[in-house]
Amino acid sequence: MPATAPPGVGHLRGDEPFPAAARRALGDAQLRRNLRHATTTIRGKSGAVIDEVPDWPELRAAARAIKTDTMARLPELLVQLEAAVTEAGGTVHWAADAVEANRIVTELVRVAGADRVMKVKSMATQEIGLNEALEAAGIEPVETDLAELIVQLGRDRPSHILVPAIHRNRAEIREIFLRAMPGVDPGLTDEPAALAAAARRHLRETFLSTRVAVSGANFAVAETGTLAVVESEGNGRMCLTLPETLITVMGIEKVLPTWRDLEVFLQLLPRASTGERMNPYTSMWTGVTPGDGPQAFHLVLLDNGRSAVLADEVGRQALHCIRCSACLNVCPVYERTGGHAYGSVYPGPIGAVLSPQLTGVADNASLPYASSLCGACYDACPVMIDIPSILVHLRAEAPHPRAEAAAMAAAAYTMDHPALYAAAQRAARLSRLAGPRGRGLPPPLSGWTAGRDLPEPPPQTFRQWWAER
Amino acid sequence: MRIALFVTCLADTLFPAAATATVRLLERLGHEVVFPEDQTCCGQMHVNIGYPDEALRLVRRHVRVFAPYDVVVAPSGSCVGSVRHQHATVARRAGDERLASRAEEVAARTYELSELLVDVLGVTDVGAYYPHRVTYHPTCHSLRVLRVGDRPLRLLREVRGLDLVELPQAEQCCGFGGTFALKNADTSMAMLADKMRNVLATRADVCTAGDASCLMHIGGGLSRLRTGVRTVHLAEILASTEAGARGVGRDVAGVAR
Ligand code: SF4
Repeated sequence: MPATAPPGVGHLRGDEPFPAAARRALGDAQLRRNLRHATTTIRGKSGAVIDEVPDWPELRAAARAIKTDTMARLPELLVQLEAAVTEAGGTVHWAADAVEANRIVTELVRVAGADRVMKVKSMATQEIGLNEALEAAGIEPVETDLAELIVQLGRDRPSHILVPAIHRNRAEIREIFLRAMPGVDPGLTDEPAALAAAARRHLRETFLSTRVAVSGANFAVAETGTLAVVESEGNGRMCLTLPETLITVMGIEKVLPTWRDLEVFLQLLPRASTGERMNPYTSMWTGVTPGDGPQAFHLVLLDNGRSAVLADEVGRQALHCIRCSACLNVCPVYERTGGHAYGSVYPGPIGAVLSPQLTGVADNASLPYASSLCGACYDACPVMIDIPSILVHLRAEAPHPRAEAAAMAAAAYTMDHPALYAAAQRAARLSRLAGPRGRGLPPPLSGWTAGRDLPEPPPQTFRQWWAER
Repeated sequence: MRIALFVTCLADTLFPAAATATVRLLERLGHEVVFPEDQTCCGQMHVNIGYPDEALRLVRRHVRVFAPYDVVVAPSGSCVGSVRHQHATVARRAGDERLASRAEEVAARTYELSELLVDVLGVTDVGAYYPHRVTYHPTCHSLRVLRVGDRPLRLLREVRGLDLVELPQAEQCCGFGGTFALKNADTSMAMLADKMRNVLATRADVCTAGDASCLMHIGGGLSRLRTGVRTVHLAEILASTEAGARGVGRDVAGVAR
């Protein structure tokens, strides 16, 4: 079995189990209002532009087919990608895990002689905790995505894949800027335009004075060695073109076989993600071009547990994810708890299946249960990842509380013996243990009666009624 | 038609009215209902909490008990969903290919109540009478696993005296999710609170659905709030008749015949 992501580095493991973290989030009324407003808005926008596309189901099926094919021959495609990138003047580095990836990037920044890097929003670098690693090496990382910048200045953690500061409203953002943004106008209002202008002024200085950029990648084309980043603000375009050195950290699952495959994903991603027909900026680059753009390009191919996910036939689908966040925006659990409750940089339904697989289920045992299995995520996912089935599959691998396991085994035995089963039904009905409306139940069953009444036991079970009629 | 009733463990034990109503309804429509007494539980709970090995014996039992019947019905979207989408998987996981294909055969002949009525028996007007203001909650498993679509609504629209009112944000999960309601009790309650708010906004006196489990959850919450709004299984509404409403003949489960 391939190695999972190592503990002690990066952000895939929370400090506490989901139910405990969720409880705190649920108590924060402002947070819940912000989340509800944001997810409802994105849901509406996305639904409307998806309805415009007559062949949406076919596009989803095509995306799933391409991803399934990619995963079936991932090693071969990565070798092809490496050859193409090298051919185009780039350098490819293979990182087995977060520790190795952080070391490679830190070393590359040192060699470039820089003490500051600018960053395009990248899930992979959040996953490995690159910012912390760079800071420890005396290098300052500057996030250039607006929401990511809000999170960084607020000394906060992202709580959504696409909208990392989804949990903040504009009044809170204004406060963060006034507190932490160098040289900000003290008369700053909380108008979105004013906030964006303040961030733009701050970032422009960074873009023009920083020689190294670190990016993620939405896609990599094995055939041509081309990398692609899809974004809305233009900060990515700046980072990808202005610096001398560009370092891209990419999960190995992001590779696509051919250039033509991009057409499918570039149609699916913006509509499912931001609810736009097309995203404003799609930047693509292939190696280096003398005299134009970065003159040194490094591609770090990150495993960090992905090979272990690939080895699981059911769970493997989680690697098809294009990080559009549609599953978060429709998830009733995410809408109420927000992303921090998931403990990992990957929140929501996809996080509930991806994080435990990357770390090993034992290290994230509460996440596969952080779902009511309502299935809204599966319907929303543009690449048709069957998240509910993976959740159930992972629950089978999760360590079970001993008492629960004993009870479940006993229940299965009883239910396999109809006479015992009928006796148990009668006992349950006659039992006074539950007290009136179940209020005397012991934990964890008392979780039920905290806000709900148990039904009054009926005078007869169905099978008694049937026997007597 | 001869129809085997898969009662489901929850309806059998706690909500027999949903099952007796299913029997009465189908008999009223002129069909023969049989109840294979060796049945117990489809194993959905075991599968969903992470005990597929323990579920295997229940899948085996279910397949053995229901294999002889051409048509099987259950008044539960989630249990039919489990039969259709989990049984073969559980069997394959255990390496029992023969059981898996038999499970698939049984699954292909197993229907949720509204599917049976509309698709197999071809009726939407079942001759019911139910003079109440009713709102319908499409449970997640009926909606997304079985895709029953508007079948329940088509049935409800034909019920005499029934005032059907649309539930706002109907497709949002009520927060039950089996043991989700226990393992993540706080989140479940937050979801339930929104569902109850939407139910109350309809000013309906009855909230109905095709799943006893979700109704237990929603009804338990409404009962705690002392709202007076009741939850009633779809089968009970469809089984109600004018004679029953006049108080003629009540059965032990307290539901009008
Ligand atoms: S799992 Fe699907 S819906 Fe969720 S982020 Fe990934 S691609 Fe988008």
